[in-house]
Amino acid sequence: MTEPTPYPRPAGAAEAAPPSVAPAPAIAATALTKLFPTPGGGTVTAVDSLSFTVARGGVTGLLGGNGAGKTTTISMLLGVLLPTSGRVDILGVDMARHRHAVLPRMNFSSPYVELPHRLTVRENLTVYAHLYGLTCVKKRVQELAEQLDLARFLNRPSGGLSAGQKTRVALAKALLNDPEVLLLDEPTASLDPDTADWIRTYLERYRARTGATILLASHNMLEVERLCDDVLMMRQGRIVDRGAPAALLARYGRTSLEEVFLDIARARTTATGADTKAEADAAE
Amino acid sequence: MPHDAIPQSGIHPAADFSLRRVGAMVLRYWYLLRGSWPRILELAYWPTMQMILWGYINQFMASSSGWVAQGAGVLVSAVLLWDVLFRGQLGVSVSFLEEMWSRNLGHLFVSPLRPTEWIASLMVMSLLRTLIGVLPAAALAIPFFGYSVFGLGFPLIAFFANLIVMGWSLGLLIVALILRYGMGAEGLAWIVVFMLAPVSAVYYPVTVLPGWLQTVAWGLPSSHVFEGMRGLLYGGTLRWDHLAWATGLNALYMVLSVGVFLYGFHRARVRGALLQTGE
Repeated sequence: MTEPTPYPRPAGAAEAAPPSVAPAPAIAATALTKLFPTPGGGTVTAVDSLSFTVARGGVTGLLGGNGAGKTTTISMLLGVLLPTSGRVDILGVDMARHRHAVLPRMNFSSPYVELPHRLTVRENLTVYAHLYGLTCVKKRVQELAEQLDLARFLNRPSGGLSAGQKTRVALAKALLNDPEVLLLDEPTASLDPDTADWIRTYLERYRARTGATILLASHNMLEVERLCDDVLMMRQGRIVDRGAPAALLARYGRTSLEEVFLDIARARTTATGADTKAEADAAE
Repeated sequence: MPHDAIPQSGIHPAADFSLRRVGAMVLRYWYLLRGSWPRILELAYWPTMQMILWGYINQFMASSSGWVAQGAGVLVSAVLLWDVLFRGQLGVSVSFLEEMWSRNLGHLFVSPLRPTEWIASLMVMSLLRTLIGVLPAAALAIPFFGYSVFGLGFPLIAFFANLIVMGWSLGLLIVALILRYGMGAEGLAWIVVFMLAPVSAVYYPVTVLPGWLQTVAWGLPSSHVFEGMRGLLYGGTLRWDHLAWATGLNALYMVLSVGVFLYGFHRARVRGALLQTGE
């Protein structure tokens, strides 16, 4: 892996507030709600009045069990899913009204949203580089290929790659425009420990180099403990607790974030931290 | 360099409509097409087979039917122009389906790509696919049957333009239906256009149809194009009235189909279908 170099902002990319003004949060969700219809004619609440902000430059984890609303939340932050009510601002821009002003400044990666299988890695990255309005496309693609150890695969169809290689290609696509806000949905899902560690290291370096804001949804507690300086714990579409990993451990009286996760997923403790591990264990 | 260190000066929205992003999407579909020679061959295969089949029917009918004999190459012209409509529609629908099959919509629409730019790229690809499909068949008709559809001259361009635009409108409506009903509606891409074939009066005059169906036929740009084509082959003059009707109806249908597509796209964002679609 080579050291990444700064990349000029793509054409059309908007700029943020001048230094004298306190910048808006990187991400601000206000009373965000999403209801989905059910076959019976009712509705199910996937996300329920979610309000949170993510400061610029931080790495925030979105933790929760299956169906907690993490992917729905990320989809609404990206604007590919419209909220039933509530508001999303990214870098101070209202996503409902000016989404296209901020899209060049953000990006997204998920193992569940694929790149065209029959296109080669180089072709896929080239197409997206043009979509993001990059200049010097060939140079940027080559640069990212070297940084993410993809140079050997550039001319291979994306569909023929291993899971780890696909994840690196998806990450390369997500980093093409050097995003200020990077949303990652389970970035190391189904990867072997070595590849997952490699990805985490890369993300740490990327954040350190660019000061980017990263929001990642994950089921991997070790990953969250390692990467995140803030964690949003979700259950049934709501944020039930929030804090730095160390603060959450202390609040719940646990030694690992996994134990905290289980407490929250099984609704054994409250967000105030009134219940302790001992109380929770006793309740079992 | 940290992002906060970049000089900042307020929000400047990205261009409303970017030809570069249209070009990026055309490049994406072109990469797909050029990467598979069977796909390119397939584009030209059916129009050529149809042309050969209808060419021999035309030859046979010319010897036994005065109507066919008087209009030199009327059936060959009809089949080639019908393929413009069919390939035009298929070009839009199949390029869209490529995104569904590859589950790529989620990535595309978190990028700055706008739906209108995507529509434009689908139309450009439809034009390319139609030219690749129909031009070889039209060229082969010359040595096979001694008939050149290019002999229609300038009106051919007008017929071609009207039929491909009608194909785009139809393609966008089908895309909207697939966005609404998912991949279960995928088959519509290959069958819907054939519902219009009987009332488009491709191989016979509109007057052959029963009265009530003639009313339906005159509401289709394709019927006016095929009547115009026959007018040219039989009378030697271009029927401007048919051309005007075809163009006016196409303008109306294009506005409606773009509106339906954009509404379908909006509803897909409401339902979360952009991230969930796929095989």
